[in-house]
Amino acid sequence: MYLVQVVAILGSVLLFGIVIDFIRRGLLKEKYSVLWLAAAIIILALSLKKELLDTFAEKIGVAYPPSLLFLVAFLFVLLINLHFSVVISIFHEKNKVLSQELTLIKNALKESGIDLSGKGKGPGLPDD
Amino acid sequence: MTESLRQRTLPAPMVPDKRILIIIPAFNEEASIGGVISLVRKHAPGADIVVVNDGSTDRTGAIADGLGVIVLNHIYNLGIGATMQTGYKYALRRGYDIAVQVDGDGQHPADQIIDLVRPVAEGRAEMVVGSRFLGMGEYRPSIARSAGMVFFSRLVSAIIRERMTDTTSGFRAAGRSCIEFFSSKYPDDYPEVEALVLLHKKGFRIMEVPVEMAKRAGGRSSITPMKSVYYMAKVLLAILVDLMKRA
Repeated sequence: MYLVQVVAILGSVLLFGIVIDFIRRGLLKEKYSVLWLAAAIIILALSLKKELLDTFAEKIGVAYPPSLLFLVAFLFVLLINLHFSVVISIFHEKNKVLSQELTLIKNALKESGIDLSGKGKGPGLPDD
Repeated sequence: MTESLRQRTLPAPMVPDKRILIIIPAFNEEASIGGVISLVRKHAPGADIVVVNDGSTDRTGAIADGLGVIVLNHIYNLGIGATMQTGYKYALRRGYDIAVQVDGDGQHPADQIIDLVRPVAEGRAEMVVGSRFLGMGEYRPSIARSAGMVFFSRLVSAIIRERMTDTTSGFRAAGRSCIEFFSSKYPDDYPEVEALVLLHKKGFRIMEVPVEMAKRAGGRSSITPMKSVYYMAKVLLAILVDLMKRA
């Protein structure tokens, strides 16, 4: 067993535990944890089974099998980042639509005599 | 109540039976916004004016409000594309026939709004762009900017198979169908060039008319040399992606 395997096993187990704990505490939505969990499981599998790592490394021409772990981890980081960029873009669009809608609604309210700026004396709207 | 009364549309002498909305996007334009509004009022009587205030930190919104135009205040800065689109959404919901984009910095000639509106009103085009390079005027951009403008004009001309001379001009008029399309889809930043490609893909008729632009009354171009590289890359990428998408 390579020493790096031990580090990878510990690391991936820790990652898995942290992600599960974050989901449990509501810090992370299941939706955004899938790739993290997949990364932890695959790295764990590769570091537990030396033969698996060696065969796989040989197949794709990686001379030093443990470095394959880094490659896999790196690819996952790339994938997760790409996923986040997509998610951010979706949020960006939704945020824009929401803000525009708010802008138009504020205008419609103002035209019907309800001023949300605080200075107006709109009827029936309590402060804050 | 007073707001809507003040904004009641009178029949525009220039184009009867058409409800026209002048959309003025503004971000920190307190130096010029008042002048722009009064010029537009003078030259486009009967048209309603909406200032879309994109989260200005100065008195832009207050000044526009004081002048009695419709003011749509973004709660924070959303960028020029979203700002224009808010204007188009307003135009769509209030049933305007024609929307005209006029910059809040005073660069666009209010007295030539009629030249943009007329072809739309007569049904000759759904989008009319005021070009600084069709003969009139003495607008002379720097060499670098001019090169970029020529590049995009050539590119867009090739794509839409029609001669375009000023694809970065934001002085434009849009017809009903165009207003509807922009309400659902409008590019985020540096939208002018890409918007034309999108319109073309949807089969809208685009037309250019010559305009003569003044120097800015205040503020300065949002495009610094640093940003121009990003501008080129972003717009180019956006156009290529748009072309790859199915219509």
